[in-house]
Amino acid sequence: MSARMSVIVGLVALVALALVPADLTGLGLPYPGLKRYGTYILTLWLVTAIAAMGVNLIVGYAGQETLAQAAFVGIGAYLTAIAGKHGVPFGLSFVLSGLATFVIGIALGFPALRVQKHYLAFVTLAFSVLCWLVFRNETAVTGGVMGLRDIERPFVFSFQLRRALHFYWFVLVIAALMTVVLWWIVRSPWGRAFTALRENPLRAESLGVDVRLYTLLAFALGSAYGGMAGSLYAPLVEFIDPSPFALGPSLLFMLMVVVGGSGAFLGPFVGAGVAVLLPEWLRAWETWYLLIYGVLVMIMMALAPGGLVGLVEFLVRRRKAQP
Amino acid sequence: MTALLQVRDMEKSFGGVQAVRGVSFDVNEGEILGVIGPNGSGKSTLFNCILGQLLPTRGSVAVDGRDITGLRPSELNRLGVSRTFQLLQVFPRLSVRENLILAGQEHRGTRLGRLFGARDAGLGPEADRMLEFFRLTALANETAGSLSYGQQKLLDAAMAFMAGSRLVLLDEPAGGVNPTMLAGLRDRLAAINREARATFVVIEHNMEFVMSLCTRLIVLAEGRIIAQGSPAEVRADPAVIEAYLGH
Repeated sequence: MSARMSVIVGLVALVALALVPADLTGLGLPYPGLKRYGTYILTLWLVTAIAAMGVNLIVGYAGQETLAQAAFVGIGAYLTAIAGKHGVPFGLSFVLSGLATFVIGIALGFPALRVQKHYLAFVTLAFSVLCWLVFRNETAVTGGVMGLRDIERPFVFSFQLRRALHFYWFVLVIAALMTVVLWWIVRSPWGRAFTALRENPLRAESLGVDVRLYTLLAFALGSAYGGMAGSLYAPLVEFIDPSPFALGPSLLFMLMVVVGGSGAFLGPFVGAGVAVLLPEWLRAWETWYLLIYGVLVMIMMALAPGGLVGLVEFLVRRRKAQP
Repeated sequence: MTALLQVRDMEKSFGGVQAVRGVSFDVNEGEILGVIGPNGSGKSTLFNCILGQLLPTRGSVAVDGRDITGLRPSELNRLGVSRTFQLLQVFPRLSVRENLILAGQEHRGTRLGRLFGARDAGLGPEADRMLEFFRLTALANETAGSLSYGQQKLLDAAMAFMAGSRLVLLDEPAGGVNPTMLAGLRDRLAAINREARATFVVIEHNMEFVMSLCTRLIVLAEGRIIAQGSPAEVRADPAVIEAYLGH
């Protein structure tokens, strides 16, 4: 897709997403919008997609491994919650979350210079467990298993985003900006260097690509996306405890990227949709929903190893190839 | 005049196996030096030591009189030294044109400038020229992985020149390439050498290719240089005949 077409499609999607939960009956349209819970789920999908975009950069574009994204989301969430309780405005907490996780991401990237694939996955897994232990045991700072409650929603100028719909629009704007930034990065020579890293690091190095630097950059940027997603997650749920930042959710982020389409730009949105929205739709089946969800994911992986985006691309290509 | 590449007393051991034993040679600017020898004679190890992919046990490498021993391949590339590999090393999911742009982009501007600058890092016209030169224009937008083996070899070689390298080390460029394409590859390499004064060191098993392309040869056997000289001199050298035929 050309750059101009991508911008047009992106803007149309942005407007559509802004309108999905809104009550349009005032405009004479018979659409009552989504209730508070539906809007919350949509917001959670956007926050999750931001964190998954970070994983996609590290795993899908740069070919590295990470099982620590939930830990970075946790760092951003706790930092924002704790800073908010000390009167630090959300904007500053958001930036600090991004910066802190960027720096920690660089540190976590160093093992990637020495170990690869599942060895690297285990290094990041250890980091994930370490962070979770800190969240759970450092009660004086994090509240331990009791967590931190009454996390305030941010203000935009003097207007507090207390209503679910207002906060959703706020998150939507930030998600759109972060999507544009990542789109710019992956289309730039940096994106090409990340791809080279994934496809053939030996050759990339011989062509002057500083493999060490780009590996660290991929980890730092991807982790920062996790941190900033966490910064949005804390005021969304208004209460945080260690459980959403454990190893299981980190595996789920990896699943989102794989199911959506590893290395496909829209993969994280689709993957986050499968992980966040699909279980909600399947909830009508009560206790069966997890089983159905698991089976659906297994079938999908068998039929579409390139993820759902890869499957759609394949079908489009096949349709075009037909006379 | 200082030689462009100077290799001195190069040695490389792997445990008890000495793969390269005290190899020294010079390569002058504009020269095409062939490195030949039977399998296991240490050619690829020598290449990897020169290019920073292996750290030599002893010895030194200098380019333009500057010691480059142990520098990383990316640092060497920025000094104008590039290589191709024995096995194909293109980026299969990038287009042919993107492969070429990638091969030159790290030499353009600052790293931060590349993030905010043009998507092709200003290398579009140069990539197009290279495509034309290597007769790959019709395949510019195809993914590199969809090309035939010979076409990928051409792309592999073209990539080595995108950075404007002065010294290119080619590891078996003719391997697996059909005779028609091989003649094209030889012509292209000879033309670059002639027009851009690019200097090559070529490892090759295909004697016809190496004899017709190179101006000078060195012959390795069991990690040592056993002969050197013009292609005609080397061909007539009894030590070379013995190394290849074993009698």
